[in-house]
Amino acid sequence: MTRFIERHPAWALIALVAIALLLWLILAVWPPGLEETIGRKRVFLNAVFNGITLGSLYFLVASGFTLIFGLMRNVNLAHGSLYLFGGYIGYAISAWTGSWILGFIIAFFGVALVGIVLQIVVFRRMEGQDLRQTMVTIGLSIVFADLMLWAFGGDFYQIQTPSWLVGPIELPLVTAVRSSGEAVYLRYPLVRLVILVAAIVIGIAMWLALNRTRVGMMVRAGVDDRDMLAATGVPIQLVFVAVFALGAGLAGIAGVVGGTFQSLSPGEDTRFLLASLVVVIVGGMGSIPGAALGAVIIGLAEQLGSVYIPTYAIVVTFLIMVLVLALRPQGLLARR
Amino acid sequence: MSLLQGAHPQTSQPAEARAALLAWPEFNKPAVWLVAVILLIMPFIANGFFLIEIFATTLILGTVALSLMFLAGYGGMVSLMQLTVAGFAAYMVAVFGMSANTNISLGWPWWLATPMALILATVFGTLGGALAVRTEGIYTIMITLAIGAAFYYFTNQNWPIFGGHTGINTIATPRFWGIDWRSDIPFYYVTLGVAAFCYFAVQYVSRAPFGLALQGVRDNPRRMAALGFNVNAHRVAAYAFAAFIAALGGVLQVWNYRQISPGSVSVGACIDILIIAVVGGITRPIGPFIGAFIFVILRTFALDLLVKLGLDGNRFRLLIGLGFLAIVFWSSDGVIGLWERWRRGAAAVDKRAGGGHGHG
Repeated sequence: MTRFIERHPAWALIALVAIALLLWLILAVWPPGLEETIGRKRVFLNAVFNGITLGSLYFLVASGFTLIFGLMRNVNLAHGSLYLFGGYIGYAISAWTGSWILGFIIAFFGVALVGIVLQIVVFRRMEGQDLRQTMVTIGLSIVFADLMLWAFGGDFYQIQTPSWLVGPIELPLVTAVRSSGEAVYLRYPLVRLVILVAAIVIGIAMWLALNRTRVGMMVRAGVDDRDMLAATGVPIQLVFVAVFALGAGLAGIAGVVGGTFQSLSPGEDTRFLLASLVVVIVGGMGSIPGAALGAVIIGLAEQLGSVYIPTYAIVVTFLIMVLVLALRPQGLLARR
Repeated sequence: MSLLQGAHPQTSQPAEARAALLAWPEFNKPAVWLVAVILLIMPFIANGFFLIEIFATTLILGTVALSLMFLAGYGGMVSLMQLTVAGFAAYMVAVFGMSANTNISLGWPWWLATPMALILATVFGTLGGALAVRTEGIYTIMITLAIGAAFYYFTNQNWPIFGGHTGINTIATPRFWGIDWRSDIPFYYVTLGVAAFCYFAVQYVSRAPFGLALQGVRDNPRRMAALGFNVNAHRVAAYAFAAFIAALGGVLQVWNYRQISPGSVSVGACIDILIIAVVGGITRPIGPFIGAFIFVILRTFALDLLVKLGLDGNRFRLLIGLGFLAIVFWSSDGVIGLWERWRRGAAAVDKRAGGGHGHG
């Protein structure tokens, strides 16, 4: 952080000003002039919260993607299919048992199992042949998409939010002040906030696991130099399988989250594959903090864009990607 | 390289003629002449359905896939946005030309709208390429896929120019010299002409100094840079050339269907182009056309075939996906690679056939 400020004082200043401005917009009671020009504060706050919670969903999908890529140099274009598969499992389990939490657990393990099978049966055979792996994952995503269409049809599914999470809660953020001087607070769906907290916890846990544990050390060493790590006697294939399982499982969890937030239908797989592509391109391939930063940026851009410039929301996302590619092709938080 | 493998050095012809044959090895084979003649007399063999739905569609998809083959085979850059460039050209034809959506279309005559569409689509593809060359290998795939997806979602949301998710309908097609060029037989010859032009253009460029330099850039960019070649300029130029070919395919496509909507530029359609190129083989310009033919045949008849076999006809994409997986698993060079390996195996003298097999 301090090194970044030393090396790029201008960018650091711009980032600080932008963050300060955003915080002011969130915390302050808007003066009337501002409300007239860009609309009600409630709309803005809702868009910001939607953006951040959507970002947390993107983070869950993209972190698995970036982890798999970082270690195995394998662009898993079937990642979106894993997401959708996890969502369908979560839907089936929660509809069957009525337990939302159980849906998460089984989706995680079910999709992780698929990941293990993929790694052992497919990717292990073509290590180091990036292009071929990419083609194979494209083929797999087509097959998976059609199998899921076969099993679940083209309907929209929504996973039932558990009763203890239904309904909004009041946040200590003032959206407006009534003429009587009474402050109006923001009300926001509880389930989204819970998901946000869960995503942050998962992110921190992943960071700790990567940076503070022995297995994490192996994974990081593998990211830097796979052959050297194998030469030191680490059972690298086991590490690969574990990382692939974790990444796939995260996609499965994200599927359940997405099924609760939004809905599940054919086509969501490509949508989330693309979202994670853009997120990791912006954040930096193979970097977990990069995925978090990219996810928040893209989530915010999408939601704020859809509120304030509805026709061109997708262009904003794209422009961010172009800007990052033009200025920092390796991504915002990539090391190289 | 592959361009030398096809030639027969033992021919006892004068040096000049041999040089010409080395440059265009396909003129040396009777099979090539046979295919050319069959393609030319196709309208007298096939009825309207086969002519347009199978052969013209094959040629159009093959042309778009050819642009991907050029980038991937000679430039080492797998670009998934070639269909997006084609779709952009198609949209531009619709926007500048005449259509039922009079509030969008500017109503220019076709001879003005088509060059405009080609130019704009080439510029679009070049800009996208300039963005994509900032990255390498696998990243190129992701960035071009992201560009394609962004264009798809943009056309879905944009009503003033792209007509939202309903797209633009009943687009006028050229009609001059007393011929309706969209009626089956003239249209077939138009697509055949354009596809042949693109095919020979790619063949020619691959042997021209630019194409050779591009192949050098593919094999060893650092050495080419050390030799004084501008690596990125070559890559961007390759994108520009490929974009022009894709744009030609896009113009033909919009004339074929006479409508364009976001569905035609969806991510799935972009990936279909990759499948076509890879299944056919991305080392030779003929590959994409073979791949397109297989794809179109499967797409058209898989449903009937599956139903006849007592299976669910809707599982056509499953069939395509499994076929694609099988090809990628067993042959790195698509159908062409399989055929060549089979031929080498049939010759049974070349011991390298066994080595090549072990690799896959």
